[in-house]
Amino acid sequence: MKPVDAKIVEIVEESPSIRTFRFDVSFDDALPGQFVMVWVRGVDEVPMGSSYLNGITVQKVGDATSKLFDMKVGDSVGLRGPFGKGFTLPKKDEHILIIAGGVGAAPLGPLADYASECGAKVTTILGSRECYELVFEDRFSSAGELHITTDDGSAGTCGFVTTVLADMDVSVYDRICVCGPEIMMANVMKVLQEKDALDRSEFSMHRYFKCAIGVCGACCMDPQGLRVCKDGPVLNGSLLIDSELGDHKRNSSSQRVRV
Amino acid sequence: MVTITGINFKNPTMLASGIMGTTGASLLRIAECGAGGVVTKSIGPEPKAGHPNPSMIKLECGFLNAMGLPNPSYNEFDNEIKLARSGTDVPVIASIFGGNAEDFVKVAEGLADSEPAAFELNVSCPHAEGYGATIGTDTCMVESITAAVCDAVDVPVWVKLTPNVTDIKAIGKAAQDGGADAVVAINTLRGMAIDINSGYPILGNRFGGLSGSAVKPVAIKCVYDLYEALAIPVIGVGGVSTWEDAVEMMMAGASGVQIGSAVHESVDIFSDIASGIELFLQDKGYSAVEDIIGLSHKVI
Repeated sequence: MKPVDAKIVEIVEESPSIRTFRFDVSFDDALPGQFVMVWVRGVDEVPMGSSYLNGITVQKVGDATSKLFDMKVGDSVGLRGPFGKGFTLPKKDEHILIIAGGVGAAPLGPLADYASECGAKVTTILGSRECYELVFEDRFSSAGELHITTDDGSAGTCGFVTTVLADMDVSVYDRICVCGPEIMMANVMKVLQEKDALDRSEFSMHRYFKCAIGVCGACCMDPQGLRVCKDGPVLNGSLLIDSELGDHKRNSSSQRVRV
Repeated sequence: MVTITGINFKNPTMLASGIMGTTGASLLRIAECGAGGVVTKSIGPEPKAGHPNPSMIKLECGFLNAMGLPNPSYNEFDNEIKLARSGTDVPVIASIFGGNAEDFVKVAEGLADSEPAAFELNVSCPHAEGYGATIGTDTCMVESITAAVCDAVDVPVWVKLTPNVTDIKAIGKAAQDGGADAVVAINTLRGMAIDINSGYPILGNRFGGLSGSAVKPVAIKCVYDLYEALAIPVIGVGGVSTWEDAVEMMMAGASGVQIGSAVHESVDIFSDIASGIELFLQDKGYSAVEDIIGLSHKVI
């Protein structure tokens, strides 16, 4: 598909470096965890997990996102998607644990909405460095029980999401859905492995994308060659054992770089 | 089984260059999916990030891409070839590019210790200035680069051709005169798409190369012409997504068939196509794949 013209209809400042952009285009068939390619014309096209059917939640990190942050309501971008494989959809009476770190809350917001709407129980651990970087706090708390952690202790538990996770009995959860910075996800994976819960866990991965449609191979992970853009971005934890998660990734030249 | 330039392939399907060929792990995955051979992403003398995104879009008729030869350079890539080779018996062919004969030789020599089964020279990428088709439209350069690489390595050398020329047979002959063991045809057809909402060309590089179903008739004609003009084998590539497409390509003259964009539908396409060819041969009473290679030249 060619990019669809999408006009910005609302901009919400989630934190000093994180904003939600809502568009006049809605991907009604998008499933929680799927992503769209956001084309900032003349600059670049980057993958973003859908945080709403008509919205993305973005951290300012590079050229495309900086240009996006300069945009106003009424400006437009090109959107392609939804792409990739999302989270397993929760069913009524299931209990899911959401673990979100920083802007990693973006694809988990719609999962929390979906779960509470379908009658599943939701528990969330939401972490960030400081209290003003917490994303979708209200959204997760209206879906169910919410544990907050901050690195500096400015809100909730002082520490990391794993500080709370380590003391939890995870056997009660049908699935554990994770998205956040790579080191956080690697640490969550270790804890879940110790708790023998990896096969019930799903991680939303982030890699450098080129084609975004499963052809070029730029986002393939070691050692199984899984394409994050097509086989993922949500991958079952059991597929990530002894993988490159937390160790290395590829840059735009496909060189191995440390995470 | 089919033997091309002295290399044995368990079936005539191969992964085309530029698709799932950036890491040893992904090459291995495609080999495990049933490909008879795998060709790496094109590797050059220096690390290269490629063009800005969008670098590939799906159109109604095919795919348009301008990756821009992103690669980690031969220095880092030899480990990926070693990794792929250590996990499979499927031949791994190294695709290489450069701006001149010295570059090509440097990359080929740099990758030699990883022992690829063959080298495929990319003189056909349509959208990387100074590389690819810039060279591949010039018969003298194609001949001299082919000769230089043939001198430098002791495995077969294949030359991948661009269809963006007046006469592909002349370029094929230049490769043959330079000592190529086979030619591979075709690379993508130069193309472009524009976003009518803004007027912006969609690809980051503005233009790129067309692949997929739309280019298959062009590829069939190029393979047909090359088969007639050359004494060396022709490997067909361009728009193959079913076993029927592969059989058609082989009847036009292809000894083997590379598959690229069609992995978009499924990575299992290699075993599907290979078994489709096998069943077709049995149904029609052919004794071997060789019976249909170039058949369309023989029946008339």
